[in-house]
Amino acid sequence: MASEGAGYLGGGGGPNGLSSWIFSTDHKRIGILYLVSILSFFVVGVSLGFLMRLELISHGPTIMEASTYNSVFTLHGVVMLFLFIIPATPSIFGNFFLPIMIGANDVSFPKLNLLSWWFYMAGAALALATLALGPADTGWTFYAPYSLRTGTYVSLAVFAVFVLGLSSILTGINFVTTVHRLRAPGMGFWRMPLFVWAVYATAWIQIVATPILGVNLLLVIAERVFGIGVFDPAKGGDPILYQHLFWIYSHPAVYIMILPGMGIISEIIPVFARKVIFGYRAIAYSSLGIAGVGSLVWGHHMFVSGSSYTAGVIFSFFTFLVAIPSAIKVFNWVGTLYKGSIWLGTPFFFALAFIFLFSIGGLTGLILGALSVNVHLHDTYFVVSHFHYIKFGGAGFAFFAGLHYWLPKMTGRMYNARVANWSCLILFIGFNTLFFPMLLLGIEGMPRRYFDYLPQYSTLQIVSIVGSWVLVAGLIIMFANLLRGAFRGARTTENPWGGATLEWKIPSPPGRENFEKIPEVTKGPYDFRGLR
Amino acid sequence: MNETVEKVASHRDYAGAKLGMWLFLLTELGLFFGPLLLYVMHDIRHPEAFHAASQSLDKTIGFANTLILLTSSLTAALSVASIRRGKTELTLIFIFVTITLGGIFLVNKYLEWTGKIAHGIYPGGDAFAELPPGEAVFYGLYFFTTGLHGLHVIAGMIVLAVTATLTAGGIVNKRDFVKLENAALYWHLVDIIWIFLFPFFYLIS
Ligand SMILES: [Cu+2]
Repeated sequence: MASEGAGYLGGGGGPNGLSSWIFSTDHKRIGILYLVSILSFFVVGVSLGFLMRLELISHGPTIMEASTYNSVFTLHGVVMLFLFIIPATPSIFGNFFLPIMIGANDVSFPKLNLLSWWFYMAGAALALATLALGPADTGWTFYAPYSLRTGTYVSLAVFAVFVLGLSSILTGINFVTTVHRLRAPGMGFWRMPLFVWAVYATAWIQIVATPILGVNLLLVIAERVFGIGVFDPAKGGDPILYQHLFWIYSHPAVYIMILPGMGIISEIIPVFARKVIFGYRAIAYSSLGIAGVGSLVWGHHMFVSGSSYTAGVIFSFFTFLVAIPSAIKVFNWVGTLYKGSIWLGTPFFFALAFIFLFSIGGLTGLILGALSVNVHLHDTYFVVSHFHYIKFGGAGFAFFAGLHYWLPKMTGRMYNARVANWSCLILFIGFNTLFFPMLLLGIEGMPRRYFDYLPQYSTLQIVSIVGSWVLVAGLIIMFANLLRGAFRGARTTENPWGGATLEWKIPSPPGRENFEKIPEVTKGPYDFRGLR
Repeated sequence: MNETVEKVASHRDYAGAKLGMWLFLLTELGLFFGPLLLYVMHDIRHPEAFHAASQSLDKTIGFANTLILLTSSLTAALSVASIRRGKTELTLIFIFVTITLGGIFLVNKYLEWTGKIAHGIYPGGDAFAELPPGEAVFYGLYFFTTGLHGLHVIAGMIVLAVTATLTAGGIVNKRDFVKLENAALYWHLVDIIWIFLFPFFYLIS
């Protein structure tokens, strides 16, 4: 049942000019703004990654110089992390669905929400401006002392990340307040969908951790512009302290990326297994556990930075500890599938791919968390592969799962399921062909960020490069199919998957007001009785 | 473009506005956590240098500024108490006093900074380059942290000035004063951060 016109999307006489979008305070429209902008930057990030891989197809300069390569991997990191994967799930799906899922008509601060998007766009513009001026070549980590010395536009890139952080903080504040203040009658904390729990936990990390990154970046700017000396050994400063402040934020940032993705998977699994999710409270608590313990593990990035053995042992211990809540989630998802009546829909395939890839990412993370092994694997392709399994195989595939699960609700139209299933398979094959050889390369000692490599690495490098082509092909097929579905697909129903959460009780696409009358919630989010 | 998509009546959620403000204040504390952590780490490494550099700061100005900000926090609180009783004029007076005290704080800070800068003790200055390693970091952190705090004072004054206009216009009134309350909260934060910075930079030994 579609609403008159196209609901919040306008049409049917509703306002639909550009300014009715970019100045809208409707959380659904803001979600779409993020969708369009974030996916555009994703294309930029993918292109940079693709070129990086292609460069390595032969020895010596192939399509770019070594210095360009440094800038390309820096920009690939900055774009993919700060413009794509950190904001993707919270800002798109969080914005669109968090209020609906708790039975609210909007977030607590709609104007602030719009401001967040503008900050996001400003940060993105600054980051891409460096591309034209002279991109930073420090890597996305901006490690001192190199970031203080290089002649590239580091200050501008760093400031761009600062502005993006501001956007992230404001979104976090909005979501925490919304969850506390705007839940519909009957929507107790223990009736919230697990996606809401995940975004809620993420929002807390955004609020607590992001300012520390922010001030660290300001310190880099102050150091570059004035030379205040805090990271400069010549003045008694210490560049290692930069690494501490950086990872105090940036390890929790990994959970900003992955937690909302886990939330999406926790929605999809029960719907497609037609079963109440196994261990609802365990999954909710494990989100909070990850947010808490995850803020105590940053030192595992610095095992070879001259930190003491004691510090190493402690950080290693906490790193192993944080694996437990993640594993709890995986076991509960698999437990939900057990004896479920499984429906093999596209979102479900993506969710399965997520579980597989995320498990590899998690297990390789444990290998890296072990002190002695880390010394051998530090700064090799093994690390590169590990975090791509987490961030792309995990957070990325979860985001794709979310696209296939929720886009029909957002647009009111369904994509072609066969093509979507094929794109999932091609992506899965391409991803593993691209990144699994990197694990082996890393064990054999191939360092990350190198422009060239020894002949014995050639075979695996070529396999990995071919994998990147397959992956890009998969992405093109997937996005073409989704785009076609969004504009020309068949009209879909209110509840195509038979979900029990509140977003499936309103029209596809939703009307301008989410709910004519705020609903009274009487049952849990995964109670499928009475649904198909 | 008319905005019919917008929500018709923005309902007022007093507790929500307060919660949002508290969360924002939390992020501000996070912002100052970084430099203070750096301060502690460097202090452990160069205790003598930090002590020596700290001695050179003018304790009198620092102490006076602490008193000024404490007083301004009081007047900010009084402005909220006045609007609750519906005394608009009194509210405006208290806001005005608060802003003025903020201004005096900044003037003091300016004198203090220019005093140091006149001696070449600033990042990039001649004397700064000659300083023993630990002292340079002390002054680096001093300028960075008090500068960041100074920006917050300015922001607080602007916010208070805007709320004063809203109060004069009747938008902030006896029944709906959460904007003023939040502005005062922000001002208290600016005050509290200074109360942390003062002993760190002026009083350590
Ligand atoms: Cu980490």
